[in-house]
Amino acid sequence: MVPPFRRYILSSLAIFGLKGLYCRGSLVELAMVTRHKILLLDDDHDLVEVYREMLGRLPSQPEIFTATSGARAIALLDSQPFSLLISDLNMPKMDGLQVLTIVRRKFPQLRTAVMTSVVDAQFRTRAYAMGIDLFLEKPNTGQEVNFFIDCIESLLDREADAGGFRGVQSKSLVDIIQLECLSQSSSVLKVTNGPLAGRVWFKNGDLIDAETQDLTGETAFRRILSWKTGNFEILPAEPERNRTIFNSYQGLLLESAQALDEAKGQPPGAGGATEPAAESPLAPLARFNGVEFVISVSADDQKFEAWSAENPEQLSHWVRQTIKRFRALGESFQAGQLNQLEGLGPQRHVALVSRANTDLCVGFHRSLSQDLVRDTMSKIVIQWAS
Amino acid sequence: MGLLKRLTRRGSGTGLVRLPAGSFTLDPSGRIVASTLPRSFPAAHVQQIGALVLATFQAAREAHIPLTELIADYSALKLTARELRGGAIIFLAPR
Repeated sequence: MVPPFRRYILSSLAIFGLKGLYCRGSLVELAMVTRHKILLLDDDHDLVEVYREMLGRLPSQPEIFTATSGARAIALLDSQPFSLLISDLNMPKMDGLQVLTIVRRKFPQLRTAVMTSVVDAQFRTRAYAMGIDLFLEKPNTGQEVNFFIDCIESLLDREADAGGFRGVQSKSLVDIIQLECLSQSSSVLKVTNGPLAGRVWFKNGDLIDAETQDLTGETAFRRILSWKTGNFEILPAEPERNRTIFNSYQGLLLESAQALDEAKGQPPGAGGATEPAAESPLAPLARFNGVEFVISVSADDQKFEAWSAENPEQLSHWVRQTIKRFRALGESFQAGQLNQLEGLGPQRHVALVSRANTDLCVGFHRSLSQDLVRDTMSKIVIQWAS
Repeated sequence: MGLLKRLTRRGSGTGLVRLPAGSFTLDPSGRIVASTLPRSFPAAHVQQIGALVLATFQAAREAHIPLTELIADYSALKLTARELRGGAIIFLAPR
């Protein structure tokens, strides 16, 4: 005799074609499996239903939520955590790029994909510049539908595999390296620091090689470790990579930490008699040819540090205001990230960049050409970020 | 896939605003006196860019770093502005 409750469950499952799933413990497992949540945004109701059906074929069986306006989508994202947002671009009132601008700012950890019938390289570039994960053309054939499904499934997998890495930007590189080693990973850690890029190779939890610019091995590893800010990405392992680092990762991290501490503890000017007075942390940036002043400004408050600037308060106000305004302009046109501002003048030239809530303005002698200003500024930014 | 085709392929018209390629000139009061920008790019956006550029040149003068040229480098757009006797000529070039 089947108990009434079990009979009820079996009949309910049968309605959904899931009868075979019921056995001792299965229901509990089914309920405990965390399903991905996908939010689908398109202003076309019919199309939303077609895509809902397509996404229902995904092997991971995600929960599909839909919205037909940007405002509704943002409200849904506010109300519960999602794994992925798939958005159309061409929509009335709030278009896809506007939605993505808001979403990237409010939910930086959310995976985002664009699916559009607007086949235009410029929109693709702008969407990627905003930090989306995937840009797809709306599928039109069976093959394209399969490709679409594979791409979305792979994106969800990546989200599961990389669990949380998008959200640990405040962690130091040491933490990330320790995580890779302790979890016995075989992977490649790609680190970018402004225009600089470096890679660290792991094999079964051992740190085997590193590379940045023209450096390799332990020297490169130490250089990468000296970077204070940046982004990182875990790439698939490269098993054929030759081992050049034979020290343990603990030893390397300890040595690097000691070296950084010693460098910090050096008395001002200890590096050589030709260095400028090092009472300001900005002084090393002024060693580059043609630099007349340097000023760094906190984007959050009124604090600033200046080296050799004649009117630092006025200048810091101008820097903060100018970067803020041009960044807002870029956001309103979805022109992507503001990489740099350059100003050429009859008295001096200036270049402005912003990294991690700090704005940096460097004044150059007016005799420098624009190309030279740009080249020098990129070197200064590298040094500043390090 | 006939149904899909009907659903997914829309007309060529799009409400999205392309980043424009071209230039425009402003007089010192911020009025647009000439423009080679496509008409599809809203005039309000042109005014917004122009006003910001003129305000930036003005603020730079007040901060004692007068500028004659300004280059804003975005991931998807390069904006170059040259000061013209209180006005400006502004070039926009999408990447």
